[in-house]
Amino acid sequence: MPETAPVHIRQGSSIGQPLTRREALLKVTGRARYAADNHPPGMLYAVVAASSIARGRVASLDVTAAKSHPGVAEVMTPANAPKLAQDPDEKANPFTFRLDLLQNDRVRYANQAIAVVIAETLEAATEGALLLRPTYETEPAHVVFASATPFVPPSVGVGDQPKASRGDVESGLTGAEKRVDATYETAAQYHNAMEPHAIVAQWDGDRLVIDTPSQGMAMAQSRIAGLFGIDQADIHIRSPFLGGGFGSKGLISGPQVLGIMAARLVNRPVKLVLRREQMYGPVGHRAATRQSFRIGAKADGTLTALDHHTVTASSSFDDFFEPSGGVSHTLYATPALSTTYEAVRLDMGTPLFMRAPGEASGSVALEGAIDEMAESCGLDPLEFRLKNYAEVEPLTGKPFSSKALRDCYVQGAKRFGWASRPLAPRSMRDPAGLLVGWGMGTATFPALMFQAEARAELRADGTGTVDIGAHDMGQGAWTALAQIAADGVGLPLDRITFNMGTSDLPNAGIAGGSAHTATAGSAIHNAGASVIAALAALATNDERSPLFGAGNTGVLARDGRLMRRDDESRGESYSDILNRAGRHSVEGKGQAAPNPGTQQSYAMHAHGAVFAEVKVDPTLGQIRVTRLVGAFAAGRVINPRMVESQYYGGMIWGISFALHEQAITDARSGRITNANLAEYHVPVNADVPSVEAILVDEHDPHVNALGIKGVGEIGVTGTAGAIANAVWHATGHRARKTPITLDTLIR
Amino acid sequence: MNRFDYLRPASVAEAISAGRKPGSAYLAAGTNLLDLMKGGVARPALLIDITRLPGLDGIEVLPNGGMRVGALVRNSDLAYHPVFSKRHPAVAEALLSGASAQLRNAATVAGNLLQRTRCAYFYDTASACNKREPGAGCDARDGENHLHAVLGWSPECIATHPSDFCVPLVALDASVEIEGPTGSRVVPLDSFHRLPGSEPQLETVLSPGELVVALHLPASAAGYAAHSRYLKVRERTSYAFAVVSAAASLRLEGGVVSEARLALGGVALKPWRARAAEQVLAGRACDEAAFAEAAEVALADAKPSGDNAFKIELARRILVRALGLAAAGTPDRMPALPGSVFAQPEGLALHA
Repeated sequence: MPETAPVHIRQGSSIGQPLTRREALLKVTGRARYAADNHPPGMLYAVVAASSIARGRVASLDVTAAKSHPGVAEVMTPANAPKLAQDPDEKANPFTFRLDLLQNDRVRYANQAIAVVIAETLEAATEGALLLRPTYETEPAHVVFASATPFVPPSVGVGDQPKASRGDVESGLTGAEKRVDATYETAAQYHNAMEPHAIVAQWDGDRLVIDTPSQGMAMAQSRIAGLFGIDQADIHIRSPFLGGGFGSKGLISGPQVLGIMAARLVNRPVKLVLRREQMYGPVGHRAATRQSFRIGAKADGTLTALDHHTVTASSSFDDFFEPSGGVSHTLYATPALSTTYEAVRLDMGTPLFMRAPGEASGSVALEGAIDEMAESCGLDPLEFRLKNYAEVEPLTGKPFSSKALRDCYVQGAKRFGWASRPLAPRSMRDPAGLLVGWGMGTATFPALMFQAEARAELRADGTGTVDIGAHDMGQGAWTALAQIAADGVGLPLDRITFNMGTSDLPNAGIAGGSAHTATAGSAIHNAGASVIAALAALATNDERSPLFGAGNTGVLARDGRLMRRDDESRGESYSDILNRAGRHSVEGKGQAAPNPGTQQSYAMHAHGAVFAEVKVDPTLGQIRVTRLVGAFAAGRVINPRMVESQYYGGMIWGISFALHEQAITDARSGRITNANLAEYHVPVNADVPSVEAILVDEHDPHVNALGIKGVGEIGVTGTAGAIANAVWHATGHRARKTPITLDTLIR
Repeated sequence: MNRFDYLRPASVAEAISAGRKPGSAYLAAGTNLLDLMKGGVARPALLIDITRLPGLDGIEVLPNGGMRVGALVRNSDLAYHPVFSKRHPAVAEALLSGASAQLRNAATVAGNLLQRTRCAYFYDTASACNKREPGAGCDARDGENHLHAVLGWSPECIATHPSDFCVPLVALDASVEIEGPTGSRVVPLDSFHRLPGSEPQLETVLSPGELVVALHLPASAAGYAAHSRYLKVRERTSYAFAVVSAAASLRLEGGVVSEARLALGGVALKPWRARAAEQVLAGRACDEAAFAEAAEVALADAKPSGDNAFKIELARRILVRALGLAAAGTPDRMPALPGSVFAQPEGLALHA
């Protein structure tokens, strides 16, 4: 079997190079075409009219008033909305979520679409939507987390059990010399990608072309095909660039489908872009959680039991339960461990995947509770974590496929200067008198793999093409995957054409779960191996080739040449091989999929350690993060520049989680009162003074052929907890509710 | 948004004439008005674009020693104006603590005065709001009112005025020059904004057609330049409205306060001048006891309008802090984080 050189020893490799984004120039010059930048001839503008009640039904809409507004072409309501081939409430699998597509007059949450106004201009459509002046039959809505009745959800996250345990927690607690019983609360958060959900839809008979941001084009095709009763192959999705996704563009959302329906209704191309406030409801969010811990330890700080109970919320009509307990399964060694869940149903949009779903909310709570136990044992928080370092995965007892967390702790602590941290809180001040605190948290995220396919071609002119329907949310897929592609086909990056971002390319699965580089990258790697194998077969079976007969020892591919593995001086160029064979090109295909064998044998996770410094005004309570150092080990790094950016982005989200983000819901109306970027706070530059990310070496021979673990989400974990713990260290106040607000520090 | 007529008048007189028509609105930078229009909160039938009016963008020192600032002067231009920022450093600091650089580059002086409250219920047209629709009720009363007023509110309205700029201005006896159908007049800024009372829809003393053409600062205001600060506590380090803010300006003679000027922001539907507290300080030594007593007096009438009692204690503390900062002296250079609790240069203690 001919093979490409193992990537880690390859010379002339693109992998590992800190390339800048290949599309950067397009982006900074405004030439990168995002979905809403498309204006096909004859296009109309669609604007969603959204519900202002959280539960009930629409009693009336003044369609006449809207339609008589100049420029309004049509108003889509349940009365005239295209009938769908499939009930959008039908759940084919747990990964199919119910959509509100004007098939009836029910209202299930505030900001649900109740009509779509289609007009010649955006302004006319916007005004038309206002003129609808809906009346409702309002039913009492339940939107308050604390007052709803909890139940045990059937599963959490994507098919995880709502109950998991190992060992005897109760006896572990009974025998403990130290106990921490604490309840942590996290607020509901909404994805606020810079680019709102947008779609430009064009029908040609039963063929559909859509420009829309998607983290999963094949899944979107499948969903749309089902809803409209058309062939998946007749749906062409173009999604070259996303202005952020964070999970909210993983599955096609209701408003995007409404854009397609609107185009069908008026038989013209239609553009629909959600307004910022309309993103607070129909496109997913991170549900609030209340997490209660019971933790036991011996006096020396050795854990004896960890019980992590999560209460979260889903919508009244669908199931997604934030899986906050997962972090407790993997992080700290304990002889007894239990995670359980309850949930409530609220009249709100269905929560969905939001960057590190479960891990983010679980991490801030667990890291706080662990910090409390360290405090209770009189131990330094790092010492405590090292004392309870998990050598095997605590829940399953499986060995880790690799785990360089100890290196992360050491390198992060050293860079931060953790060793000089005084144990007692409220013992550091800056020269201006501000309270200073240092806190830390452990970061973790599973190393996942999904399914993907890729295609590679090598041509007689010495160039190549690699195709995969992958997705770039801004994380750098255009660059990192191209680096893998170049190495996969043994060519320099500038000799290959790398195509991605449209649905007519091989299915790259979903850009989610921090698994896209691993998954799409593996498919590309395998496609490269396949095309090289085809090329090598031409050479090694041809007695005119210097590689004739090298089939047994194998050949290497590098810089557009194949050479004998045992003697690199004997080889020839791709062009020579193809030209001699009279071939214009040779093709290969590759696939990627999780390996059930390694999944059975190993626990596979990325890890990290985050250290935070905060300053708090002692009398006014205002908080600011002044320093963040994160050290992360996530297997092979394809592009250190992109990876560093991912860590920065994640850590900044950690600041957001700890200090800023929360959706504030009016308990009476169910409407979110801060559904805008002025009042839904995320960090601004002044909130992010100094962030450092250390890329810790880690070699993982098990996760996948490339050894990639994924870096997209781990930065959020660990960070928020580190900041909350630093606030405690600064003030002596243990904030068990995030975001931590200044009023809680001055009371 | 609704269809509207757009007029670009050539003179103030033409603008005023058009501005008398019901449903008209003056448009300057539009940093607030256009948001309100997009949300359906404001639906003017006629937009009168005053940005091309001549003579409204000057910054000048008047013969009487006061300063006159044209209504169309951009916030950032004023904040960085060498004469203005030297004479009125707390005003410059307040300006630079507000909004974002992009907004400050666009927003005008008069627009800042006339910006509307950020009460979420005012912006949410499905909510009851007496300010938006007189008699409709106030959903903020029993709603999310964590950041609402603690001074001067009424059962009809508990909103706050969001301006930073206005806080030191009202402390320094600024006044507003207005042109109207019946001529011009000058109104003290302290009387320019109305408290809500039973008619919260009436936000200022402007009558139909009246146009703010300039802002005046008296010559006396410059006498505080050596000891003038603005301090704004907020929920993130920048680009956030004040939870509570304070402007403190002192004239000191031998370590004793000869005169004090104090105002609070984020506590009422107008920038809140604390005159009684100023009286407490007159003749007192610059010490924390005096500041604390002044703060007590300033908040004597405060009461929570909802889940916001913390703002009363916070306001007291901010006043004490702002006074301490003012007493320590105006910094030579504008802090990198203007108005921020994190603005203190290394080595300068928080407490006087």
